[in-house]
Amino acid sequence: MSMPYFTPSQDPGANFQELLSRVGLVPRNVQGHSIVDIPHATTCVAVTYQDGVVMAGDRRATAGNLISHRDMEKVVKADTYSGVGIAGAAGPAMEMIKLFQLQLEHYEKMEGQQLSLEGKANQLSTMVRANLPSAMQGLGVVPIFGGFEPRQSKGRLWDYDMTGGRYEEREFVAIGSGSLHAGTVIKIGWRAQMTKSDAVSLVCRALWEAADADSATGGPDVMRGIYPIVAAISQDGWVPVPDDELAQVFESIIAQVRSR
Amino acid sequence: MTMPFYVPPEQQMKDRAEFARKGISRGRSLVACQYQDGILFVAENLSNTLRKISEIYDRIAFAGVGKYNEFDQLRQAGVRAADLKGYQYARDDVDARSLANQYAQMMGHIFTHDQKPLEVEILVAEIGYDASQDRLFHILYDGTVMDESRFSVLGGDADPISERMNTSFTVGATLSAALKACAQSLSGPDKTLAAVDLEVAVIERGNNRRCFRRIEAIEATSLMG
Repeated sequence: MSMPYFTPSQDPGANFQELLSRVGLVPRNVQGHSIVDIPHATTCVAVTYQDGVVMAGDRRATAGNLISHRDMEKVVKADTYSGVGIAGAAGPAMEMIKLFQLQLEHYEKMEGQQLSLEGKANQLSTMVRANLPSAMQGLGVVPIFGGFEPRQSKGRLWDYDMTGGRYEEREFVAIGSGSLHAGTVIKIGWRAQMTKSDAVSLVCRALWEAADADSATGGPDVMRGIYPIVAAISQDGWVPVPDDELAQVFESIIAQVRSR
Repeated sequence: MTMPFYVPPEQQMKDRAEFARKGISRGRSLVACQYQDGILFVAENLSNTLRKISEIYDRIAFAGVGKYNEFDQLRQAGVRAADLKGYQYARDDVDARSLANQYAQMMGHIFTHDQKPLEVEILVAEIGYDASQDRLFHILYDGTVMDESRFSVLGGDADPISERMNTSFTVGATLSAALKACAQSLSGPDKTLAAVDLEVAVIERGNNRRCFRRIEAIEATSLMG
């Protein structure tokens, strides 16, 4: 953004709203169109734990009642210390993630330093808001954002609504069609200052229950070796949990379920 | 059609720089320095309404010397850039270094491309969470940026004032001691400046979000007393 400098006749004076519109930062108006459902066909969750945040998401993409893709990555690294999970229409969602990752990298290179975690969360909010006209036509995208805050040395989480509203959560977030079940599991199991392995087990259990009750959420696909994406973000940055560890976690969940 | 005379670029730049320096030296000088709680600004200014020192953002202040309308326009651009960035990203993302770079770009462009260069020198200062993170960016009429430490002197009489500051400045001084040092350095041997001749402001570390505070003549008099 270049420095806003105006000729006397163009000067917006002390009006900040007017300044925003002069630099092109006012959101577009939405007219007509009916209200559409909340985004579907996904479960993404994130929880805080003692060193930061654990994020997880299932791998299934659906088109109507058919499974269209079995290894989607709906939870991805945004930059070294943050990640983003996404629910909604696959095309716009993937495009938004790509643009968001690039925006963070571009800012870092242009300014010579990273955006603050809150700045990144706000940036994502702007992008969701810009998608509102598409959302009103049924192509809604709703992300969650989590990361490690170096200044406070802790994890922080945000969820969003389709209008770009941004809400910081202290404990956990869950989005997508399976979020009711996943969220309930986490709500019951969440403890302050959990260890990483406890947090990983909890999000896996949440995804398991979501997949068990929601046809649009995929469970662990042992036959093909496809497991949910699970990653921890801490002082060490974004660290994905490897599949063989996840296989063990799911085995113990299966054993628990079997012994009921 | 008339042919313009050829002027070699060296000469052109020299003329412009001289023009700008002449304009700046007509005005009065300004000093900013670190003190125990932040950064202090002291300017010789007879007007109580046309300010040389002002607030840009939570922890950032602006000071200018030279032609008033020009540095005031720069001040407004800075406030706008800072407020826009804080709105678009987060308040923590607004920093003096980035502002100083933007000012440098703009002033450099005006110096080489416009009819006349700006007849101003500006200072963008920021307090960190401790004194080691304080920043003083001094930007000249041609876009030259200097990252200064401890104190910064702007204006035509900068050299003698800097020498006096060098002897009177102490690290971690109280507000009162720092103000006295600045006032004495601005005064020099043949004149004495009283609090009413000065514009004084600080950005101070504390619990407030907005750290900028003006020190009016009454308070300045008692601090200098």
